[in-house]
Amino acid sequence: MVDVVISDPTLRDGNHAARHKLSADQIRTYAAAANAARIPIVEVGHGNGLGASSLQVGEAGIPDRTMLETARAALTDTRLGVHVIPGFATARRDLKLAIDIGVDVFRIGSHVTEADTTQRHIGTIREYGRSVYGVLMMSHMASRDVLVEEALKMESYGAEGVVIMDSAGAYLPEEVTDRISALTNALSIAVGFHAHNNLGLAIANSVAAAKAGATILDGTARGFGPGAGNAQLEVLVAVLEKVGYTTGIDLYGVLDAADLAEREVMNVAPTISSVSIVSGLAGVFSGFTTHVRRIATEYDVDPRDIFFELGRRKVVAGQEDVIIEVAMALTRQRKRA
Amino acid sequence: MQTAHNKLNVAILGTGNIGTDLLIKTLRSSHLQCRLFAGRSLSSAGMLKASALGVPISSQGIDAIERCPDVCDLVFDCTSAMAHLQHAPLLKRLGKTVIDLTPSKSGRMCVPAINLDDCMSSPTVNMITCGGQASIPMAHVIGKLHRNVEYIEVVSSIASRSAGPATRANIDEYIENTEAGLTEFSGAARTKAILILNPATPCIDMQTTIFAKVGDPNISELGTAAAAMERRIQSYVPGYKIVVPPVLEDGRIVIMVRVTGLGDYLPSFAGNLDIINCAAIAAAEGYARRRHAQAHVETQEPHHG
Repeated sequence: MVDVVISDPTLRDGNHAARHKLSADQIRTYAAAANAARIPIVEVGHGNGLGASSLQVGEAGIPDRTMLETARAALTDTRLGVHVIPGFATARRDLKLAIDIGVDVFRIGSHVTEADTTQRHIGTIREYGRSVYGVLMMSHMASRDVLVEEALKMESYGAEGVVIMDSAGAYLPEEVTDRISALTNALSIAVGFHAHNNLGLAIANSVAAAKAGATILDGTARGFGPGAGNAQLEVLVAVLEKVGYTTGIDLYGVLDAADLAEREVMNVAPTISSVSIVSGLAGVFSGFTTHVRRIATEYDVDPRDIFFELGRRKVVAGQEDVIIEVAMALTRQRKRA
Repeated sequence: MQTAHNKLNVAILGTGNIGTDLLIKTLRSSHLQCRLFAGRSLSSAGMLKASALGVPISSQGIDAIERCPDVCDLVFDCTSAMAHLQHAPLLKRLGKTVIDLTPSKSGRMCVPAINLDDCMSSPTVNMITCGGQASIPMAHVIGKLHRNVEYIEVVSSIASRSAGPATRANIDEYIENTEAGLTEFSGAARTKAILILNPATPCIDMQTTIFAKVGDPNISELGTAAAAMERRIQSYVPGYKIVVPPVLEDGRIVIMVRVTGLGDYLPSFAGNLDIINCAAIAAAEGYARRRHAQAHVETQEPHHG
């Protein structure tokens, strides 16, 4: 019996940091290590989930099918999960593929205010009898009451739980406590939290979530993920056990998996760069980081100015095309000055 | 003052955002006369609006047309993809011209800036999607100028407030229909459509980005051709504007367009509503002119203009 179910998206959120180019070998190697460490769920795929390989958010190095089949073959005890965003992924093309390959856990996500776009996808997975969770991304952009309302919609569609994402790493611990408490009070299903580390608070926020009643927590090896990265999985497991929560994960196993990930899966482990701090302050999706850096160089503008302007425009995940427009506008402004 | 007998009688099925905005546009048209606004609930916001405008309304949906087929010659279907598939056989039996605004993937795909005249021989046209109406003309231009169009991708961001329940439930159909339209009109080997809802207040204008991977991109000619296409679209969608003219970024062609609406039903941010409805009106007026011309030929009447 575990108190907190750890879901590990190293091979999904980490793909943002790898520009969506994780190879089949990297997936195989890490999935096997996670399986040996008894991590309950491993999430695999393009950073933005099933069917998201695109010019907008980045083209994947290998097809969804290869990623999922490779992971499926490496996982015996650990369940295989995917992230799904309606608007990118369709039921006919993408959910069907994942069902056929044998994915166990589907997490259907939307921007925090748009839960009703997940209704049909959640329903489809229910029909197939697989595990399905709702995910509210960029959750800092809505008030607590709206967050609860949207989570209740996902519950009514048949989700087994609702995970809120701090996609920009913008929360302070007391905000997490407030929101998770409100959710656990209102919902009769499990509540989860997915942290990012832009302001150095990913572990503290995850612990705050657990203390407020969250029973699903996400963490990635070495924090591998977009921008400043995620809650560092091996730290999260160690800290949760120290606080007194059971995760069912083998400590040496997860430490070994993280060492392996640092050697085999990432070029460099995430750090909190200056740009990532700004992205956290601006409340902009961490997945924008690699695109902002590239475009800032091309147009010779300060990536921090781009992030603050994106924050002012309240862009949501998936609006990466706006980065070019903002960079061009900043260039024009500078010419006028 | 226009006399009604010159006008084509139309009915609107579906009283949501799309149907209600379309109603206001038909009232302004000198070629169209709205004779019926039919949905399911007399208390919907759209129904109340129609009632206030003095348009005949019904809560009987398509049954209202079946019971009284002479009410109209042309039907705008603004319901949902699933509902349209049920409506289609009945409307065909009644001999109606149908302009389908749902992403039902049936009927001839119509983008007025590209193929309006060709569509007029088809009894049913499909207006694809709002994102399709915004992006397909640019994809078409890219396809005409380049021999090897490997891939076209379009991303539309729309304000959450402009996406009603049917739009939200039909996201998969939106994607599939937009991709089908892109393939048909650009000849690209692969296509992809993405839809993003943004809840920011004040609401964002509809914005669509067209990405393309082609062999040997010709950016300068593309700039001229895209500007010419922009003017063609503006003749029926006044708020259509290229905001980022064709550029080559990271090995891909990028064009961004923005559509501000006429503010007929929802405010001007709802360019998505506006563009598909303006396109539908352009198609309906095309049918009306054709019918008028045919009537003149048949009766050998002189043309009064």
